[in-house]
Amino acid sequence: MAKELDKVDVLTVGVGWTGGIIAAEAAKEGLKVVGLERGKERGTEDYQNIHDEYKYAIRYELMQDVSKETLTFRNSPDQRALPMRQLGSFLLGENLGGAGTHWNGQTWRFLPYDFEIRSMTEEKYGEDKLMEDDGYRLQDWGITYDELEPYFDRFEKTCGLSGEENPLGGKRSDAYPTPPMIKTPILKKFEKASSGLGYSPIMMPSANLSEAFENPDGQKIQACQYCAFCERFGCEYGAKSSPEITVIPTARETGNFEVRTHANVVEILTDEDDDSRVTGVKYVDTRTREEFIQPADVVVLNSYVFNNYKLLRVSDIGKQYDPETEEGTLGRSYCYQIFGGATGFFDEQFNTFMGAGALGMAFDDHNGDNFDHSDLDFLHGGNISVTQTGSRPIANNPLRPDTPSWGSEFKKESIENYTRTLSVSGQGATLPHKDNYIDLDETYKDDYGVPLVKLTYNFKNQDRARHQHLAERSAEVLEEMGAKEVSKAAELGDYSIVPYQSTHNTGGTIMGDDPEKSVVNNWLQHWDRDNLFVVGAGNFVHNSGYNPTGTVGALAYRCAEGVIRFAKEGGRLEDK
Amino acid sequence: MAQKGSDDKQFSRRDFLKTTGVATGGIIGGSLLGGFVGYNLDDGDTASDTSGENKGEGAADGSAENPGRIFFHNDAQFETISQAMERIYPEDDMGPGAIKLGAPYFLDMQLAGAYGNNSKEYMKGPFYEGEPTQGYQSRLTRAELFTLGIERLDAEANEAFDDDFSKLDGEDMDEVLTKFQKGEADMGVPPATAKSEDFFNLLRSATIEGVYCDPMYRGNRGMEGWKMKQFPGHQHQYIDKIDSGEFEDIKPQSLYGGKS
Repeated sequence: MAKELDKVDVLTVGVGWTGGIIAAEAAKEGLKVVGLERGKERGTEDYQNIHDEYKYAIRYELMQDVSKETLTFRNSPDQRALPMRQLGSFLLGENLGGAGTHWNGQTWRFLPYDFEIRSMTEEKYGEDKLMEDDGYRLQDWGITYDELEPYFDRFEKTCGLSGEENPLGGKRSDAYPTPPMIKTPILKKFEKASSGLGYSPIMMPSANLSEAFENPDGQKIQACQYCAFCERFGCEYGAKSSPEITVIPTARETGNFEVRTHANVVEILTDEDDDSRVTGVKYVDTRTREEFIQPADVVVLNSYVFNNYKLLRVSDIGKQYDPETEEGTLGRSYCYQIFGGATGFFDEQFNTFMGAGALGMAFDDHNGDNFDHSDLDFLHGGNISVTQTGSRPIANNPLRPDTPSWGSEFKKESIENYTRTLSVSGQGATLPHKDNYIDLDETYKDDYGVPLVKLTYNFKNQDRARHQHLAERSAEVLEEMGAKEVSKAAELGDYSIVPYQSTHNTGGTIMGDDPEKSVVNNWLQHWDRDNLFVVGAGNFVHNSGYNPTGTVGALAYRCAEGVIRFAKEGGRLEDK
Repeated sequence: MAQKGSDDKQFSRRDFLKTTGVATGGIIGGSLLGGFVGYNLDDGDTASDTSGENKGEGAADGSAENPGRIFFHNDAQFETISQAMERIYPEDDMGPGAIKLGAPYFLDMQLAGAYGNNSKEYMKGPFYEGEPTQGYQSRLTRAELFTLGIERLDAEANEAFDDDFSKLDGEDMDEVLTKFQKGEADMGVPPATAKSEDFFNLLRSATIEGVYCDPMYRGNRGMEGWKMKQFPGHQHQYIDKIDSGEFEDIKPQSLYGGKS
């Protein structure tokens, strides 16, 4: 029998970036907030011995323990979905701070084109270009870039983001809070080559800060030391903006926020007398296995894409998407990313082992609709970049094609190439397709007896064409950079859950202005439960050619405003 | 008491040396020696050194060269996996191979812990053979797969060359390993339980991990793996060098190297 606790004003399920933002903003307004975090407490003091590639980057010390919960996967409905038994393609976060602890800090704004992709594509190229007969389902987001701009600005100030104006990005209301990172020789080489090809390279917007910064909440973020252990690691200096050093302390300092760790939410409870609202959640203490009911006036789902979806589904909130009839909205429009890139082999040695997670340069000339798609068989594109994130020796053994993967030749080549190769890569968008979706698995369960999420996903023809396009552009840049040999990414095959690609999963709980086509409105308020909000990259209607966190952060700040407003006035926010 | 234990070990090791032919000079070259004795031995500089001799005859004294074993209690099996790792990352004119770098001891410790027991992997059934895009689907833990793989390496070696894997010459070892890599070796169990390419891939990645991990994991001895690759290991910062136009050859440091 679950023990019922005292009601709180606002409850966040998960305490990473989005949970931290909601908690900070609501707690500052005087609302009593509880954050249920299924992992453990952690912070900068836990990252003082972090320079250990094997433990953190290879054995995934900071990531989700998939022995307790994972998902199942298949490429298409004719396959049997099987569990992802170990992490690979993407690295799910866990513990306080979530994936915000071990991100790289590359913090972009999606393009104005992204939010109105359907209307703008149709207007410019005609309806055929939507390629609906091929199964693509483009949709506007129910919000414009201009509407979201103040929230982008707010998130960037929370992070103290280091960057410079992007001539091909959306209009900014203010400059970046801190100047760009140091332009290293590798980046300069890329800048010269890409400028020479007519592109507009800029320093990557970075949450590893170029200088110390105090954010609007009074939290201090230190200057990056370029130690080269960012991605998959926590920052020992407090120089990478993360929830643990920004929004979580901000929320705690109000005295209105309690983080409850080891609390795994298993169900969202709908009011028995009024199915337009929820009453709270049921959670399990992961150590004692005791069950609790935590009542709340407002519930906000702040866990990852898959878990936000799963909690709605197992709680019977919303209608599951069916790929046959295309009815239902929950679980549709799952998207991912493709990485069309190339590797250049040089004679000279570079300091590839130095770096920072968001140390890089990039251009958007082949992203969004910044280039003409009239004669192309795909839409959108990707941000093309070079990064110097610090390459480490276990994971980085660059080989020319046809070099054996073991033995003497492997050893010689991988050692020589380690400091003599540079990669340029396009981070490619993917668009919603009717056959790509998430569902609930019928066979496999998590450690708490709740079914696993089932992912059905494969790359489509547009992805292959976009991938090829980005790989070719990347190869041209490397040639211009003086590589004596350039090896282009092989043609995109079937999506595989095995090799790491990107933790940029999106969709499943998409936003919009039409309850028939989306799960939440543009305040991220659930269409069927007025006091339930769902926040994260699951809200993305498609995935863009950028890292998602900038847009996730902006959406979370908008949602926070909605939550506060709802707490005061109630009702449907889209009507206000 | 301790002395007695040590003698016992020495005896059993001598026994082993005889049966494998090492003591009678049956195996030439340093790589085998490196597999189970102090790697200094084949430099020839420990022959007159008593402590070195002890090491050479197998006393696991907890030194970096011979820290003892936790998982591989069977000497012949440890020798098989050591030789297989050496073929993946061989000693050459660039520097030491997997054995001198301690990679087999790295693997030994890993297999005894969370890695070997798949503590952080989803291991609930039912188990089915999946598509390659669905990843590892066996019910076997890594420890079980290595144990089976070693058994099958020897079985394949005996079938093709009429001898145990560790006694083959390098080219023949490579031929056996290639068969595993291509998924053509018989694992003696249904493919849903184990595929030879899965074992090979795990062997390959464990070898690379063992040669480039922080030395606290018993591999990358003396940071020699890092030195070959010119990776400086744990450095507090590069802020004063990040814009250098020259390649910076920095003396490596291990994570706890500068601490007491």
